[in-house]
Amino acid sequence: MTSAAVPGSRAPGPSVAPVHVEAELLATRRLGAYRLLTFAAAGVAERFRPGAVVALSLGPERLARRSFWVHRVRPVGGHGASVDVVLAPGAPGSGSAWLAAQPVGTRLPLTGPLGRPFALPREPVDCLLVGVEASAAVLFPLAERLRERGCGVHLLLGARDEAHLLSALEARRTARSVTVVTADGSVGRRGDVGGALPERVARLDPDVLYAAGPLPTLHAVAAAAEAHGAWSQTAVEVPSPCATGLCHGCPLPVVGEDGAPREVRACTEGPVVRGDRVRWADLTGDPWAGPAADPAPVRAAGPAGERP
Amino acid sequence: MSAGEVRLGALRLPGPVVVAAGCGGTGRELAGFVDLSRLGAFTTRSVTRDPRPGPPGPRLVEAPSGLLHATGLANPGLQHFLAVELPWLVAAGARVVVSVSGADLGEYAELGRRLAHAPGVAAVEVAATSPEEPPGLLSAREPFHAASVVGAVRRDLPVDLPVVAKLRADVPRVAEAARAVVDAGAAAVVVGGALPAALPDGRPAGLGGPAALPVTRRCLAELRERVDLGGVAVLAGAGATTAADVRGLLAAGADAVQVGTALLHDPTAAARLVDDLEETPA
Ligand code: FES
Repeated sequence: MTSAAVPGSRAPGPSVAPVHVEAELLATRRLGAYRLLTFAAAGVAERFRPGAVVALSLGPERLARRSFWVHRVRPVGGHGASVDVVLAPGAPGSGSAWLAAQPVGTRLPLTGPLGRPFALPREPVDCLLVGVEASAAVLFPLAERLRERGCGVHLLLGARDEAHLLSALEARRTARSVTVVTADGSVGRRGDVGGALPERVARLDPDVLYAAGPLPTLHAVAAAAEAHGAWSQTAVEVPSPCATGLCHGCPLPVVGEDGAPREVRACTEGPVVRGDRVRWADLTGDPWAGPAADPAPVRAAGPAGERP
Repeated sequence: MSAGEVRLGALRLPGPVVVAAGCGGTGRELAGFVDLSRLGAFTTRSVTRDPRPGPPGPRLVEAPSGLLHATGLANPGLQHFLAVELPWLVAAGARVVVSVSGADLGEYAELGRRLAHAPGVAAVEVAATSPEEPPGLLSAREPFHAASVVGAVRRDLPVDLPVVAKLRADVPRVAEAARAVVDAGAAAVVVGGALPAALPDGRPAGLGGPAALPVTRRCLAELRERVDLGGVAVLAGAGATTAADVRGLLAAGADAVQVGTALLHDPTAAARLVDDLEETPA
């Protein structure tokens, strides 16, 4: 895939050169069912564009790396800018559980920013941002950037319950409208984003749809955009064990500019790709799912899956 | 020959740290973390005549002290490689060892023929023994199979272009296999590559990383004790992560060390190893 661009947009191109640094965990706090980790990572925040990820090495006994959407970058006294990531811990033995237990002051190798970020429209157009649970983290810096450009920003956020809903209050500061759906109805409407999507698209008439979440959600957003004549940018979560383009372990099936099916690396040519370019049928299901001997899958709050 | 220089047949490498096949991306991605010209050599991902899409994920899975890989030798095919990836690597100053894999001896011979005139190829590595044994590719389980493949690749290459034979991580037969491929024209052998293993779902995979380091050591010991390869260079395959690992493998008889899984965990690993080895010569 050579272009994830929205016409009339600034094509993101490959990300600026990432840096590999020893990051220091500055803060860790609960955020509903999640943990918010704040890292001082020199040079990463300065290069960051919404949609990019950072990859962490979790110590010598865990060789695959863990990637996370960057939720926020902000200035911190004495550290330059810091990087926030949202962690969805809980699965036994997972890297996320280990990471969530690390105390402030822990130092970890961190590489970033990695991958292609979201393409941003040049014109101030209306945008609908659709996010599910922890994956929605990546939409918050995007919303800010879109608003700075004069775009109308509308958010549709979904989760199983209130605890898994990410920062809806914070979203209201940035967005012109925020719609919340939860499976148990504990906050917002009862339902899922797929169900709420057609009504939102019809009412808001967006020019661009951005999506972050599980594959069925991304697929639904891509299809809704196509049906509506809008563009879509989907942040695809494919397990990315090295996250740096070295191992070819993160296949993302796409259709090239020439219409031919091909495979790109999610961590370098993605993780954000145009929704109409992804061969969704070849990417559905949990890529970690296997026979019973394979332990239950664990997904990070980012494009890298994890092994228990 | 200056200190630290390594000879692979007629080829001289400035140092012993070599990027292993399949672990350096197309080279561009790694170049953000290490100056490729500082490496002994850069081994490409294995290239086949035609493009190979590779299997669906998961392709890399953690194992205790290792990484399992089953990428199926996905690659864009020789034509794309020669047109796009090779010129970029050459321009970046890399000494390019082109890893090749094929379905049969005819394909290997064709790969050798077409690489013979490609500008900038420093050596050709024969990957006929991938522990993944991907469908549609020849699996040279027996030493004489590996020797046939080396012979097929060797035939049309210029005499001064070395063929590196990557051997199966088969400890009892490594000396026999080394003897066979050297007789067939290999100027260097890689021993102790990723071990034959399986993913949790049973698909064949290769196991690389620290778990494989003791096996690499044993392969070097087997070579040392059981076979005289004359001046043929020996590259140590899987498992090195630290400069101490590299020094240990050099002391055990390796001329150079391939670094792979370490790069996937830390993309700066090769740069770090080159720096560390320069700081305190072994
Ligand atoms: S995760 Fe290794 S190439 Fe994408």
